[in-house]
Order: sequence, then C-alpha cells, then structure tokens
Amino acid sequence: MNQEELKKIKLFSARIRLDVLKMLTHIGYGHLGGSMSIVELMSVLYGRQLRFDPQNPKWEDRDMVVLSKGHSGPAWYSALAESGFFDKEVLYTLNAGGTILPSHPDRNLTPGVDMTTGSLGQGTSAAAGIALAMKRLHQNDRYVYLICGDGELNEGQCWEAFSFIAHYKLNNCIVFIDENKRQLDGYTKDIIDPQDIKAKMESFGFHTLRVKGDEEQCIDDAINEVKKIKDQAVCIVLDTVKGQGVEYFENLEKNHSVKFTTDELKQAADEAIAKLEETVAKGEQ
Amino acid sequence: MFKLAHDHNEKTKPINETVVKALQDEMDKDPMVVALEADLGDASGFSKIRASHPQQFVEVGIAEANMAGVAAGMSLLGYRPFMHTFSPFAARRCYDQIYLSGAYAHALINIYGSDPGFCAATNGGTHTTFEDVGLMRLIPHSIVVDACDDTQADWTVREFLKLTEGIHYLRANRKAVRKIYEEGSTFVLGKGNIIKEGQDLLIVAAGQLLADVLDATEVLEEKGISVEVIDMFTIKPLDYELLLQEIPGKKAILTIENASIYGGLGSEVNRVVAEKGLGIKVKNIGLEEQFGQVGPVDYLKKAYHLTKEDFIEKAEELLKGE
Repeated sequence: MNQEELKKIKLFSARIRLDVLKMLTHIGYGHLGGSMSIVELMSVLYGRQLRFDPQNPKWEDRDMVVLSKGHSGPAWYSALAESGFFDKEVLYTLNAGGTILPSHPDRNLTPGVDMTTGSLGQGTSAAAGIALAMKRLHQNDRYVYLICGDGELNEGQCWEAFSFIAHYKLNNCIVFIDENKRQLDGYTKDIIDPQDIKAKMESFGFHTLRVKGDEEQCIDDAINEVKKIKDQAVCIVLDTVKGQGVEYFENLEKNHSVKFTTDELKQAADEAIAKLEETVAKGEQ
Repeated sequence: MFKLAHDHNEKTKPINETVVKALQDEMDKDPMVVALEADLGDASGFSKIRASHPQQFVEVGIAEANMAGVAAGMSLLGYRPFMHTFSPFAARRCYDQIYLSGAYAHALINIYGSDPGFCAATNGGTHTTFEDVGLMRLIPHSIVVDACDDTQADWTVREFLKLTEGIHYLRANRKAVRKIYEEGSTFVLGKGNIIKEGQDLLIVAAGQLLADVLDATEVLEEKGISVEVIDMFTIKPLDYELLLQEIPGKKAILTIENASIYGGLGSEVNRVVAEKGLGIKVKNIGLEEQFGQVGPVDYLKKAYHLTKEDFIEKAEELLKGE
C-alpha cells in the first residue's frame, strides 16, 4: 500500500474499533477481546480485499466470509455497517429482542452475513463446503474467507475441515487463525496448549504464513501472497492480542466477555472511545 | 398411487442399491444434486456414485461432523446434498452440525441414515440407534421418513430432492427386504397409507416391521379380530388427518416401531389421541430402556419383542381390556 492507502485503511480500522466499543458499552457488555483482535483483519478484508456490493448482499459473484469464531460478531457487524450494508444506528440494537444483529451471526437476519455461526468449529466445515462448491461450479474468481479463533482449534471439527480443505486443495478458502493466545478461561497454553499453530497448519498441508495481526500492511500483503497459490490450501495465522488496540483491554485478564459494571471499566472504555473519536476526526480532515 | 405387492414374501432388490440408482438418476437430470459419504462408500454403494458422477460426489473420510457442515456449505451455493452414513452416526454423532449448520442456518441437508434400529444386526450396539427418529423429529421443520422397502426408499430420495431447505431424514435398511409395495408405486409425503382395512384394531407402523405386522394381522383375522394397518412412513409430518378419520370406531390402537417409543411414531400418535380426547387406548411397541446389541435380525427381533408373535400377543391383551 502507498502512504495514502495505508492512511485510509488505518482510519477504517479506527472506525471499526470505535464502533465495537460504542456498541458494547451501549448495551453494557459483550465479547470484547476477540472482537478487538480481528479489527485490522476486518478492515483489510472490507477495505481492500473483498468483492462485495452492500446494495446487493446476495450478489452471486461476491466473496463470502465465514466468521467461525462467531462470538466476535460485533467486529463483523461494525465492518459491515461501515461498508454500507446497513445503517450504523442498527449497531446499537445488538442482542435486543427482534434485532437483526444477534450476538452470534445469523445469515437469515443480517445483510452481509453468509453463514450462521457461533457453535465453535462448525464454520470451518461450512466454509470448506462453500469453497468446494465454488470450485465445482468453476467460480474461479471467488474466495471464501474463514476466520477461526485459536481457542476454537480445541474443537476437533476444525481439524476435520482443515484436512478436507488441504486434501481438496481449496486454495480459494483463505483460512485465518486469530492467534490472540487467550480463550474464555485463560491463556490457550494453560487451557490446552495449542503448540505451534503455524507448524500444525503446515503439517496439515497448508501453505502457511504468520504475520502481525495489528498491521494492516502485513495482513494485506499476506492475503495477496496466498492468493498466488493455486494448488494448495492456504492459511494466515495472525499474531494478535485479545483486546487488541486498547492497552487497558489488552491487559485486562479476563476479556473474552466483558460486563461494563465497574467505574474502572466504564472509564477505560470512555477514554478509549474518546481517543478513537479523536483519531477518526483527525483522519477525516 | 401405490399398489401393494402381491406376495409380501417376495424379496426386493437391496435397498441401498435402489437408493444409489435413484440418486444417479436424479444426478443425471440435475448437476446440482451431490452425494456425500464418510468412508462407507463400499458399504452403502455410494462408491458407485464416485465412479459414475465424480463431480457430484464428495468423500469426506471418517468425519461425519465435517460432512454435515460441508453439505450445508455446499447448499448455500445451490447444491442439493444427500449425505450417507449409518443411522447412529447421522443422528447422534453429528447431530449438532445437522441442527445448527443445517437446520438453524436454513441450509439444506438430505440424509440417508442406513441400517436403523435392529437392522444394524451384527455391527452391534455401537452401530445401532433407536433414538434417531426422536432426535430428527426434534429438529424444527424436519422431515422424517422410515422406508419399508426399496420402492418407498427410491420414491423418498426423489421427493426429498424436490426440496430446497431444511433437514430431511430417510432411515432405511441397506439389505433386500420383504416387499411391501409394487415397483413404481408413488406416495404423498405426509400422508399415511391404509394398507389393510379393518374395524376393531388400528395398527400404525412403518419401516422394517411392516411385513411382520401384516403377518400378525393374518393370524389376528383368523382369530376374529379385524385389523386396519396404516403405513405411517412419514413420521414427521405425521398424517393427523388420517388418524382422526380412522380412529373413531376402533376399539384400540397399537403403534409398532423399530425405534424408541420415546419421541417416536408412537409418541406422536399418543399426542393426537390425548389432544383430541379420542378416548381410546394406545399401546406403543418399540424400544424403551435398551441399547442395541449384536446378533442377526431374527435374534434381535426376539430379544426386543418385535416379532409377529409379540404383536399378536399385545393386540389380544389390548383388546381383552376393551
């Protein structure tokens, strides 16, 4: 990316992150950590890589996204809103009764959501099926972007799907693993040690890259690199921090699901929001 | 229109072969029909589809959860998937995937769950399910069919492939069985078939026990008991209308299934009788607190009290009280 493009994408990331924080503080709780760690990824996908039409969410030539780590829906919704799939005001209806924005993405409720996820591990197989279908239908310009968590890799189904994707050389299924090193109950290495995720994916037959997950340039470059691979499964492991982008939340020990009940938490959120609003305002000048 | 077989002792072709041929035929007509298999292709006959329609066949290996998810994913792009595995692996092992990635997501998965109930035979208890009917019924908007022979299985495959959303579960034996219907018979999804008229006792059954039920009714008729038999092959949605039409005037109802009576065909008949206050006794024959076990089918039918003699005994018992 040139300077101008980088500036633009960083502004997009700031907007998405701001939306996530505003959305979750508005309802008073939410899956903060894992939403924050995929902000830059969402920014690059919707800001640079994805083929989509917000006026026609079901456009047959669109790329598809499967957020297998569905609890990070807020990050996806923010990206979708910022991309024009629906009004930003709708973000504040997260989890409300009758909302089109449920906590875990639902393809039958939200424009721009292609697959329903939330029960960890299941999105991987759906993405595999989508990718295989695209290949069999000779839709050679389409991609499906599969986003998994590192804690999610505890689920055996992920490895069934990865084996399948590798066996069928579904290079059109770009697999992202958000390696934010934590899950609900603590650090992934203390829950069930994931060992070396990049090495695992390589041994499962994937051409695998591991990049900084908070650097839009690195993510964008990685996607462009894996798109050159035609005869092998591909994976990008994102080196991220759970709660990424706001130091207080990165350091918050239990940040998978946060309830903004204490003064300290509310203050930290308010400060982060103020800072991001400033960044966005400056960027728009 | 259905026509009953002239001789219920005549054997059909192996049901799995018929299912495969039906799928191949439908695949010839439509490239969007796809079969999925979890390394049981030689057992189901789906290996023939791999040879005949390689672009419409997907081998997933021994990974049923993945198979269900892949099927759902493919359906999002317009494919109409038909997955096979043994009935317990379909119903229990990848239930959540069928439920969420399939039903809840409003995707489409057709399922051939083979060798249900005692049909697992020498594969034994680990390969047996009696609860598949109940489990599949519990999925909102699902369709559950228990096919009694190859003609009914063939028709069901084609009927399922007309549908574009939801979970459609076909339980059927793989082997050749005693013929119930003449080849070419057609049915109506959700409509039960009266396969024998009668006045005293109503038997509602489906699947692999129908032939034994017909044997039992022959004996009961000789004993002066007039029996009506309904093949309620679509267990969900059940033909409530037919029941409300046929129950009045009967002395008692016997439901018979190669499945658990908890949440199966019988339980749904009970519900109709109770809800409509039909004031008639119902006896559910099937499995209760039992696991599967190894053995040839005849042995298992005896062990689980699912023989013609058991049906006769229960029928007489039931009517004695009336």
